[in-house]
Amino acid sequence: MTRRVAVTGIGIVAPGGVGVPAFWDLLTAGRTATRGITLFDASGYRSRVAAECDFDPAACGLDDEQIATADRYVQFALAAAAEAVRASGLDLAAEDPWRVGVSLGSAVGGTTRLEHDYVLASASGSRWDVDHRRVGPHLERVFAPSTLASHVAEAHGAHGPVQTVSTGCTSGLDAIGYAFHSIEEGRADIVLAGAADSPISPITVACFDAIKATTANNDDPAGASRPFDARRDGFVLGEGGAVLVLEELEHARRRGAEVLCEVGGFATFGNAYHMTGLTTEGLEMSRAIDEALAHARADRTEVDYVNAHGSGTKQNDRHETAAVKRSLGEHAYETPMSSIKSMVGHSLGAIGAIEVVACTLALARGVVPPTANYEVPDPECDLDYVPRTAREMPLRTVLSVGSGFGGFQSAVVLRRTGAR
Amino acid sequence: MDSPTKRRTALTGMGVVAPNGVGADAFWKATKEGVSVLDPISREGCEHLPLKVAGEIRSFDPASVIEGRYLVQTDRFTHLAMAAADLALEDARLDTADGSPFAVGVVTATGSGGGEFGQHELQRLWGQGPRFVGPYQSIAWFYAASTGQISIRGGFKGPCGVVASDEAGGLDALAHARRGIRRGTDAMVVGAAEAPLAPYSIVCQLGYDELSRSADPARAYLPFSADACGFVPAEGGAMFVAEEESAARRRGAPVRAVVAGHGATFTGTAGWERSREGLARAVRTALEDAACAPEEVDVVFADALGVPEADRAEALAITDALGPHGSRVPVTAPKAGTGRAYCGTALLDTAAAVLAMEHGVVPPTPGVTDVCHDIALVTGLARTAELRTALVLSRGLMGSNSALVLRRGDAPT
Repeated sequence: MTRRVAVTGIGIVAPGGVGVPAFWDLLTAGRTATRGITLFDASGYRSRVAAECDFDPAACGLDDEQIATADRYVQFALAAAAEAVRASGLDLAAEDPWRVGVSLGSAVGGTTRLEHDYVLASASGSRWDVDHRRVGPHLERVFAPSTLASHVAEAHGAHGPVQTVSTGCTSGLDAIGYAFHSIEEGRADIVLAGAADSPISPITVACFDAIKATTANNDDPAGASRPFDARRDGFVLGEGGAVLVLEELEHARRRGAEVLCEVGGFATFGNAYHMTGLTTEGLEMSRAIDEALAHARADRTEVDYVNAHGSGTKQNDRHETAAVKRSLGEHAYETPMSSIKSMVGHSLGAIGAIEVVACTLALARGVVPPTANYEVPDPECDLDYVPRTAREMPLRTVLSVGSGFGGFQSAVVLRRTGAR
Repeated sequence: MDSPTKRRTALTGMGVVAPNGVGADAFWKATKEGVSVLDPISREGCEHLPLKVAGEIRSFDPASVIEGRYLVQTDRFTHLAMAAADLALEDARLDTADGSPFAVGVVTATGSGGGEFGQHELQRLWGQGPRFVGPYQSIAWFYAASTGQISIRGGFKGPCGVVASDEAGGLDALAHARRGIRRGTDAMVVGAAEAPLAPYSIVCQLGYDELSRSADPARAYLPFSADACGFVPAEGGAMFVAEEESAARRRGAPVRAVVAGHGATFTGTAGWERSREGLARAVRTALEDAACAPEEVDVVFADALGVPEADRAEALAITDALGPHGSRVPVTAPKAGTGRAYCGTALLDTAAAVLAMEHGVVPPTPGVTDVCHDIALVTGLARTAELRTALVLSRGLMGSNSALVLRRGDAPT
């Protein structure tokens, strides 16, 4: 018998607000949380806009040791996981800990703290033979990307399969996909799945400057993230974290949990094309969509909403539009497809999980979040991108897609319970 | 397609890039002879650091095997992974020209990323300014670099993944590849290679209490001995070609081993004694997955951290999981002669296990003479034995425990 996978709790730290209510309020109002960078002095950089989180770890319930030892992105995950577990109603202490896993994604891990301590150790980049006496404590925990899943597993007493996934900007979707597989295959009954990144630091901003991937629209921070709009000129870097409680459906039913939706399908492929480039055909993303739908036993005409990768680079938006048309056929023109990156920016590995949380809320509440800042259509992007205003409509099946540096193309299908 | 559980995963190609040898032949010769290549660290900029001994790869010229356009946009950890992947693909004689590009996927594990490349670019940024950061920083430093580049270089469009994990992630990558094959992918290029010996990368590791500070290469890493004083870090790793077994046999590929079972648990960072139960459970899960009785295990490749408390926990876990057989089965830790290349470590152990089964030889644990735990650690000379089933163990410094059961390639299905 196939084991089905329910979403029974969600938690989030996103730009514009911490926690599910603030996040959903931002999305449904179509507000943007992009602004001039405040986390460091960005005056010497090409792109000086970002979507930052106003985050107070103590207010989110993190203890002193977590605050001292966990990097900013790990703190996002800890806060989001705590909210998700609370919302799920699970008493994890009463569960078999060997059946509880963690699967979290991050594209760049502890880059911000690594850079901070590098500056100290190298006397501001003046020496290759860095001085180990100048760095702060617990740097080894920052260096190890597995620290992300490890911290969250320790906080919740998980002893089952615990992993950190790092597939660039599809890390969040893939971490959720792997968690889905592990429950389906019977390796765990409960998995805390999601992603976090806090990449707003000089080195990350500079490396995207170098390839002109990010926006140079510094004069209009609130309007700088414009996915699918003809005037877009690159993505807006973001940060954040999101965690979902994934649970074997019968396990959730036995304890009378509210099932927000089910994860129905997941697939990922490589484009074997270019580390940062995308084809105009979108063949590989289309294949991921097809397989994820097949896994969910959903016909393409059943897709009610597509949560786009929609980063706001010209090549992404065209690639993705082509991929969705290839997979959904004529139905693509009737299907709303929006990018919440217009509001919360692109938080690299974290965004896939943030988008799946948005999809969960969209399904549960029957509201499609809009693409903010979308005003001038691009003739090559001719789908319904839900301009500026959220749309109320019943949803049963939604699709979330993503592309990542390295060529990763992933798709996750979520369904209302009973939709298959 | 066969049902998922009927799709077995065969290892048909192996590529090794290790401190004691590049290529499986050189690696096996040094491993079998128990040669230790641990040496004072020689990398520029590391002379003054309190880490004195490492396992460096000194016989590898990336420019001789990797095209210039890939070379400039990648870190050493990706050079090593690409070189190992080439060797594995050549070994497997996998011809993908006629098949669907979607039939082959790539999965790697890494715990350190492109540290040397990253340190150079950080130096440009902070020493000269933002405009001096090069265009490849965005794709060389991050953990997904090796999977992405191997996928592009080989034209592999199947499921691609990256386990950014502690050391145990090396085995988890093999398990991930096996799941990909069970779910319908024909072949996976899988493994890990690490290059954690740039000066700032070493600075980042100095906080590990488990790191050996010994300056004597002969004394720095002596797992399971009374003189155990921590582990020595290393670079390198191994890549494999994993294939659906019946397809591999149909095309006449050499089935070098079968990935028969895997188990993974997490017991955190609060103390190594907790890994006893975690590792034992991982072993039991892996044996059950492989339908393998404890007595069938012919050799154990130990995690062998070289920290007394951790060694004790592992020795007890082996007997907890294997019963009386646990104190008789040969246990070995060739990594005492190469150091631990983070996620690459368990892949090197997997390579050694496959070679050990093929040659009927258990390689020794270099340097160790006294064993202060109740396990049959192989020391001194290699031991001849009929080996049909090998168990590979791995633990990570962030608290993961992983176990893998391998069957010899000619084992009955």
